[in-house]
Amino acid sequence: MIVRFEYFAPKSLDEVLRLLDEYGPDACLLAGGTDLLLKIRAGAVTPTAVIAIKAVKGLDLISFDTTKGLFIGATALLSDFAGHPAVTKHYPALRDAALATANVQVRNMGTVIGNLCNASPCADNAPTLIAMGGTAVVESRNGGRCVPLEDFFKGPGQSVIGPGEIVTSVTVPVPPKGSGASYLSLSQRSRVDMSAVGAGVFVRLESSRIAQASIVMGSVGPVPMRASKAEAILAGKRPSAALFARAGEAAAKESKPISDVRASASYRRQAVGVLVERALGEAAARAKGD
Amino acid sequence: MKHVIELKVNGDSYQVAVDPWRTLNEVLREDLNLTGTKLGCGTGDCGACTVLLDGRTVSSCLTLAVEAAGKDIRTVEGLAPSGEELHPIQEAFIEEGAIQCGFCTAGMELSAKYLLDRNPAPTEREIRASMSGNLCRCTGYDKIVAAVDAAARKMK
Repeated sequence: MIVRFEYFAPKSLDEVLRLLDEYGPDACLLAGGTDLLLKIRAGAVTPTAVIAIKAVKGLDLISFDTTKGLFIGATALLSDFAGHPAVTKHYPALRDAALATANVQVRNMGTVIGNLCNASPCADNAPTLIAMGGTAVVESRNGGRCVPLEDFFKGPGQSVIGPGEIVTSVTVPVPPKGSGASYLSLSQRSRVDMSAVGAGVFVRLESSRIAQASIVMGSVGPVPMRASKAEAILAGKRPSAALFARAGEAAAKESKPISDVRASASYRRQAVGVLVERALGEAAARAKGD
Repeated sequence: MKHVIELKVNGDSYQVAVDPWRTLNEVLREDLNLTGTKLGCGTGDCGACTVLLDGRTVSSCLTLAVEAAGKDIRTVEGLAPSGEELHPIQEAFIEEGAIQCGFCTAGMELSAKYLLDRNPAPTEREIRASMSGNLCRCTGYDKIVAAVDAAARKMK
């Protein structure tokens, strides 16, 4: 199906914001295009204006600061993000999530933030970014706002981003001392297709006890979802295999999966518990510096 | 409205007028008659349409032609150094029997080039990971992995 649209490739953010304002709900932003073009062909979106943002200078910045943490620009490619030395060193779980996204070619085209803005419940980069306290910086002609990624997703394909708005960056705090994170996912064809189920977790240890735990599950609900009951089981306890198994079971009970082409609901429920359990083990090992 | 753009393909410059919704794959194949680049799934899963854009592998089926304007595009037609000789990757694919129906080959070879440009001596595991965005329904992959390994040794 051919959908006709006008194409713009502005070189400045001001021009992007002006076009977004002018076209309102009829505009779509194009970063990597790997999701957008499929949606356009399927008739799921019918923009009259496609605004490409890769020509905007500086929007692809990835940087790390020991006080401000990680900055991910809107057009930072998944492959550049996964290969960035600071990401590898300080945020290995975010690297793993980026590498779990689609295939080599798509990671060379697609962006971390595009993966979030597409708002699929199976977005590989969402769970760990939420668990680590990431925030989206949103701009429009009328000003800006910051949205914690935990509040970003509203439903399948739906986020809080409205007409006229663009996510210009995502920031992630510096991982506190004694903390670790992990992202694990499963898909039908191992590493190349969309994840059927995923789990991103973050834990912080204090005096060998779990002082903070965040568990976010992907593809088991309409949005990436917190497993708060599983988190409560961990609070204040000493990390152990048995504890993580209990947390995994609780997370599986909290999940609300559906059956679709990628997996059945019962498989997803069972698998997400196992992934949460294993991810907790990996995050705790990283927290201990193992 | 059509956009008049310059596409730099395999070192040659082409000026084309394209509708903004047309993909790089369509323009390469239909306007420039460079049909070595295939169209498989059309959804970025199979890798048959892989080309190099500024040195990186991308799916040409998901790349708008207007987005490739002014960039360095390399297709399988530009892999061999001349009309007389083949690229070592192409030689290795033939010698190792890594081609059966041939539909995936152009994409496979460009993914191999992308890998070997960055990592001249990859392990088998690295080859398999790097080639995982290219699907083949004939060979069972072993011969393709062997061909990439052989190409790496030829290119030393």
